[in-house]
Amino acid sequence: MTALAWLIPAALFLGLIGLAGFLWALKSGQFEDLDGAAYRILEDDDESTSNDKR
Amino acid sequence: MALAVDFDTQRIAPQASRKVAQPGEAQEHVVLAVENLNCGGCMRKIERSLHEAPGIASVRANLSAKRVSVTFDPQTTGTEAIISTLAGAGFRAADLAVSPASETISADRDLLRRLAVAGFAAANIMLLSVSVWAGLASDMDPEIQSLFHWLSALIALPAIAYAGQPFFRSALTALNAWRLNMDVPISLALLLATGMSLAQTIRGTEQVYFDAGVSLVFFLLIGRYLDQSLRSRAKGAAQNLLGLKSGWATVLNDDGTSERLPARALLAGMRILVPAGERIAVDGRIVSGTTDIDEQLITGETLPRTARPGDTVYAGTTALTAPVEVEATAADDATLIAEIARLMETAEQNKGRYVRLADKAAALYAPVVHALGLATFLGWVLLGASWETALTTAISVLIITCPCALALAVPAVQVAATSRLFKHGVIMTASDGLERLAEVDTIVFDKTGTLTLGEPELTNATDIPDSTLAAAAALAMTSRHPYAQAVVRAARNRGLEFQPLSDVNETPGAGLSHSGENGLEVRLGSAEWCGAANPAVAIGTDSTGDNAASLYYLPAPGSSPVAFQFIDAMRADAAETIALARTAGFQVTLLSGDRVKAVKQTATAAGIEDWLAARRPHEKIAELDRLKAAGHRALMVGDGLNDSPALAAAHASLSPASAAEVSQIASDGIIQGSRLAPIIETIAVARRARRMSLENFAIAAAYNAICIPLAMLGFVTPLIAAIAMSASSIIVTANALRLTTAKLKL
Repeated sequence: MTALAWLIPAALFLGLIGLAGFLWALKSGQFEDLDGAAYRILEDDDESTSNDKR
Repeated sequence: MALAVDFDTQRIAPQASRKVAQPGEAQEHVVLAVENLNCGGCMRKIERSLHEAPGIASVRANLSAKRVSVTFDPQTTGTEAIISTLAGAGFRAADLAVSPASETISADRDLLRRLAVAGFAAANIMLLSVSVWAGLASDMDPEIQSLFHWLSALIALPAIAYAGQPFFRSALTALNAWRLNMDVPISLALLLATGMSLAQTIRGTEQVYFDAGVSLVFFLLIGRYLDQSLRSRAKGAAQNLLGLKSGWATVLNDDGTSERLPARALLAGMRILVPAGERIAVDGRIVSGTTDIDEQLITGETLPRTARPGDTVYAGTTALTAPVEVEATAADDATLIAEIARLMETAEQNKGRYVRLADKAAALYAPVVHALGLATFLGWVLLGASWETALTTAISVLIITCPCALALAVPAVQVAATSRLFKHGVIMTASDGLERLAEVDTIVFDKTGTLTLGEPELTNATDIPDSTLAAAAALAMTSRHPYAQAVVRAARNRGLEFQPLSDVNETPGAGLSHSGENGLEVRLGSAEWCGAANPAVAIGTDSTGDNAASLYYLPAPGSSPVAFQFIDAMRADAAETIALARTAGFQVTLLSGDRVKAVKQTATAAGIEDWLAARRPHEKIAELDRLKAAGHRALMVGDGLNDSPALAAAHASLSPASAAEVSQIASDGIIQGSRLAPIIETIAVARRARRMSLENFAIAAAYNAICIPLAMLGFVTPLIAAIAMSASSIIVTANALRLTTAKLKL
């Protein structure tokens, strides 16, 4: 019974982390180009000649 | 661990230190549309080539939208420099007048955010609900039940307030206009369910329906998001097309100075200088200069037209051989091309016939739904039930009558059909194109660029010795004339080595000339240009003589000109496709503006019995009208602006992508690649899509017919109503998905 008292908030908290993660990914533009993302993992550039985020 | 390498700086240039823009310096941001960004390799090439350019802070290519987003230091570089870097890498790019802010806040993202919140809420509330139901079966302390209800309320209220906004706003707009739309009963159901559940939670009883409300919002938002993302993709493509059409132009001011302006800034009455090889940015009249104009973008014709002072030219065409001065009669938005790009955007917004039908049904639907809800409530109260039970039943009715299945029935099929066609290289541009394609029984083909590839090929290569071909190709390399390029291609195919000559003069409408070291002039061009006035004099002429498409090469003044003959090759699978169409019962016709002999030749080769030649555009339309009057529904496959009216006059239309881009906008669909087989596939998909839309309508209707009476009779709790309604949507969508993998035959 007392277990419930902290298990439920724990579950909700974890859920909120998931939601926050999704919203952050959305905001940082990770869903903009789904086709391109599929190809990017196949690139094997070893040099990083720029300071843009990949 | 370091590695030292000695290298020969003659052959490998030492890497100059590149000035990279640092964050913090004033930076500008530009978004470019890229025409041929088609694959992962292209993305890498673009990003790599721009990284090596000076002053670039960051580059991000977007394969789905075919755009590149670049941040750069305006002191070091600029948009034009970036565009020319990309041109050097082989990509045609253009500046889109899109501000970064408008990019980030898009309707897609907004819906996705609300969807995420609704999803989170639905999952967690369900977690609690399932426990409560289990607790009802066994024993659960009422305090715990109450706790769970409060927790559900805590999650549900903000979630519904946020995620339900699209529906609430739409319902309010409709109500303000004294109308009812589909969102009104949904909003009503949501508000009633939430309100009642809150009241029950406070009172500590059992009828709590937060799970129903949030699940409802979640599933509805999925439908909305799919619809929205389809629209924004079409709009993005239209924007790209428009951006690629315009460019920069050199404007000659009255005081003698000149400046480079983007096409957006051009106005009618300005004088533009168009160097050889540049695209004309305005509709206008030639003031001075004579040049050959490549009008492929507008007419689809591979043969350039000679334009002299006084002739009209259109935006989007290219001046090939000589610079000209053009006085603008229409610029930017007022040009022909812009007009047609606008047509494409409105076509995307036009609703298909079935969607219009669904909307009409919804208009009748909403009042009926409310009436049913009210009737249920009153009925139960009159029958002596408590107001909670009556309200609960009424809410169930409101939820279950939600016409989501009806709303998804056709869009789901359209999404499935267009994505399947996309895999086969066909892009649908009209939203109701598929519906009309399903009804065709006649196919009308254009010749140049449709049945043929639109690229001239050398036919008498065997008659021409290697040295002559190589010399001609050397002369031809500097020209953009399709025949010159065909000569170069033929020489390359034979593996010949040749270098471009410097000092080649191109005389528009006539040909090329070059004075060699020995002072003798070599010429490549028309019969008159090369002195082949009597075609029989030339070596290698075909004696039938009806070859207006010849080119001549004169190795030295006075010698015999060598004839080059070209043919516009037919597409590889043209005959096969037409045979297939005829076996499937289609009537096939060839309708062309070209000479009788050429059309007859192509028709015989392709296996078409009905053919008409030398038809001007208005005659093509007349022919299509005749077919329509005879009760036929024609699919017109063609390209070019002179076909665009015909494409619009036909019942449905398709265009091959290798031809004019403008007519791609006027047709219902674009076929990419060099094969005609996708036409058959498109018709088959259209027919199956039509059948599936009807199936989905039937499923939606059956669902309503069964579930509404059940709900009114009180057999359905709000949660079951939400699940049933969602299930109907899912069934409809799953049915549509079958289209992506179905084996189709015509």
